Formats: sequence, C-alpha cells, structure tokens
Amino acid sequence: MMKVKAILICSALLASGSLLADGPRMPREIDKTWIEECGSCHLAYPPSLLTADNWRRMMGGLDRHFGSNASLDAASAAKITAFLERNASTRGQRNASSTLRITDTPWFVREHDEVSPAAWRDPNVKSAANCAACHRGADRGDYDDDDIVIPVTRR
Amino acid sequence: MFRLIALPLGIGIALAAHAETPTDLVARYAQQAASSQPGFSASAERGRSFFVRKWNVTDKMPDCASCHTERPDRAGSHVITAKPIKPLAPAANPERFSKLAKVEKWFRRNCTEVVGRECSAAEKADLIEFLVATGGA
Ligand code: HEC
Ligand code: HEC
Ligand code: HEC
Repeated sequence: MMKVKAILICSALLASGSLLADGPRMPREIDKTWIEECGSCHLAYPPSLLTADNWRRMMGGLDRHFGSNASLDAASAAKITAFLERNASTRGQRNASSTLRITDTPWFVREHDEVSPAAWRDPNVKSAANCAACHRGADRGDYDDDDIVIPVTRR
Repeated sequence: MFRLIALPLGIGIALAAHAETPTDLVARYAQQAASSQPGFSASAERGRSFFVRKWNVTDKMPDCASCHTERPDRAGSHVITAKPIKPLAPAANPERFSKLAKVEKWFRRNCTEVVGRECSAAEKADLIEFLVATGGA
C-alpha cells in the first residue's frame, strides 16, 4: 500500500515532465482496418511498442494468437502488416521480445519495475496486457503518468 | 473514358447494397440449412440452448457466455483481456448482424474456439433467431 502511494505521488511530481517522456504515441496515420481488427478483443496496442520483425511474425500466425484464433482474410492481413511495419519501433532490441509480447520487452519491464507483484495479480487487472486497467487513457493511446490508477482490491 | 467513371461508381453501389438485417441473415442461413434438412425452420428455443450450452472444449472459454454473459441484451467482457463487449442482441445494439462478412468471421473464430468446430447453418439461423427475440435491456 505504501509503495502504491509512493508511486502515485512520484508520478504526480513527474507529470509536468511528461512532454519529454519517450512513451508510445499513436501514429498520426490511423488505419481503420487495424483499429477494427486489432482493437476488437483488446485495445489496439500502439505499433511503436514492437519491432517490425516482431509484428511480421505475429501477423504470420494469427490462427494461433496467444491461445486465441484471430485469423483474418489475406487482404486485411496484408494491409495491417504494412501499417504496423511503417509505424513500428525504431529503437531496436528495447522493443523486441521472443514471445512477441509487448509486456516481455525490456522497455516495458523497465517502465514498470516499480509496479508490485500484487498489482499485476489483482482481479481487476487480470493481465499485464490489460493496459486500460491502470492507464485510463489507454484506449486513446494516452499513457501519460498523470492518468494512472493502480487497482488494488481490498480483501 | 466512360469505363473509368463507371467502374468506381459500380463498386460504390455494390458496397452500399451490402448491409443486411438480422432477419435477412436468419432467412439466408435457414435456406442453407434446408438443403440438408428439408423443412428446416429457425427456432429461438434451440438458439437459446445453443447459446447457454457448456461445451467445455477449453478451460477458459467453456461457453459463449464466458464473454457474452448469459444475458445477450447486456454488455459482456472478454474473459482473457477484460475488454468490454457490447450486447449481442440487435434490440440492445443495432450494429449487430448487419454485415455478413463480420458475422461469418466471428462465427468462424468463436465456434472453433468454444465448440471445437465450425457452426452449422442451422445453428447460426437458430442463434440469430434467439437473439432477435431477446428484447433490449
Ligand atoms: C479473437 C481475439 C483477438 C484478436 C482479433 C486479436 N487479438 Fe491480440 N490478443 C488476444 C489475446 C486473448 C491476447 C492475450 C492477452 C493476455 O494475455 O492478456 C492477445 C495478445 C496480443 C498482444 C500481446 C500483448 C502483451 O504484450 O502481452 C499483442 C501485441 C496483440 N495481441 C496484437 C494484436 C494485433 C496486431 C491484432 C490484429 C491483427 C490482434 N492482436 C487481434 C486476442 C486477440
Ligand atoms: C498494474 C497497472 C499497470 C498496467 C496493467 C500497465 N501499466 Fe504502464 N505503468 C504503470 C505504472 C504504475 C507506471 C509508472 C508510472 C511512473 O513511474 O511514473 C507505468 C508506466 C508506463 C509508461 C510510461 C509513462 C510515462 O509517461 O513515463 C508507459 C508508456 C506505459 N506504462 C505503457 C503501458 C502499456 C502499453 C501497458 C499495456 C501493454 C501498460 N502500461 C500496462 C502501471 C501499469
Ligand atoms: C473469448 C471471448 C468470446 C467468446 C467465448 C465468444 N465470443 Fe462472440 N465475440 C467476441 C468478441 C470480442 C466479438 C467482437 C467484438 C464485438 O463485435 O463487440 C464477438 C462477436 C461475435 C459475433 C458478431 C456479431 C455481429 O454481427 O457483430 C457473433 C455472432 C458472436 N460473437 C457469436 C458467438 C457465439 C455463438 C459464441 C459461442 C459459440 C461466442 N460468440 C463466444 C468474443 C467472444
């Protein structure tokens, strides 16, 4: 509990500097097919959070997508792959992961090293990939640290 | 010259004419079903049993209700990602069952995951019949 409070205070102090943060920005170009297809089961994750190579591999195996069947017609898949490649991370291995999970990239792990194990396990969070549980602006691509809540269920 | 203009126009009309209603879709699937089951007619009651049936093919998604809840006139939530899902009943969400391609895509994904195989035309007709019969919230 103390730790959560400390993080919240700390993020309030840091908020003024958030213009400098190198966090994800949604690309200026928004592809409608991408939003519809990749934003239906979870929010549409910012393309800049994985490398082009990671996106290509993910798009090549949508029928077995993290335990789900997300298969697509070939035309939509090609369009989305091109969009993801154009807007992928330019920061190399910091945004790469062999599991193809954003939440396993060195960048993600480092940004979240202060989040307690209990917060990740909280029933309101369920999964680290559930960005919107803590980042209330996530569906708009807004991850600024002045809009974070950590749900901690009291028992 | 004329061909250049006529072509995009033709595509425009084809796309605009693409909207379906839930009742169109029930009729379409019922007709398909009738080719193997003569005299088939969609049943909301069979649709309801299909929707609430526990298939138990996977642990996390034993039934349609895992994500859509047992009340199709209410919003659901994705069992793994927790993303909210709008109601399936057209009375509560007019966007439902208006695009054949979208309906087919989700039947294909959700049926293979939950039921372990594709759904038949008869099951699709029954399910939509049930959802249409379910009033708004
Ligand atoms: C049929 C549902 C479905 C569709 C459609 C879908 N996904 Fe997913 N996706 C999932 C599930 C389920 C997970 C696992 C989430 C978890 O573990 O919390 C996931 C996880 C992910 C992750 C990893 C998140 C992390 O870091 O742990 C990425 C990235 C991703 N999806 C991208 C995409 C892209 C790109 C598309 C569009 C081509 C897409 N998804 C379409 C269901 C889907
Ligand atoms: C359990 C809550 C939680 C979840 C889930 C979560 N985050 Fe975070 N996130 C935080 C906290 C806490 C911070 C640290 C804020 C700080 O240090 O100022 C943070 C920091 C960040 C930052 C840096 C913000 C800045 O302005 O410096 C980004 C970007 C970010 N998260 C993106 C994501 C993405 C993308 C996801 C989903 C794939 C996600 N987060 C999931 C809690 C969470
Ligand atoms: C793992 C979660 C999950 C399960 C389980 C699930 N669905 Fe879905 N379903 C979704 C999502 C996500 C969408 C698309 C998002 C949206 O349109 O709101 C969707 C959309 C649909 C649609 C599209 C309707 C339209 O016109 O928009 C149909 C039909 C459908 N589901 C039927 C079923 C049936 C039948 C079952 C059980 C066999 C089932 N679903 C089980 C998550 C699920």
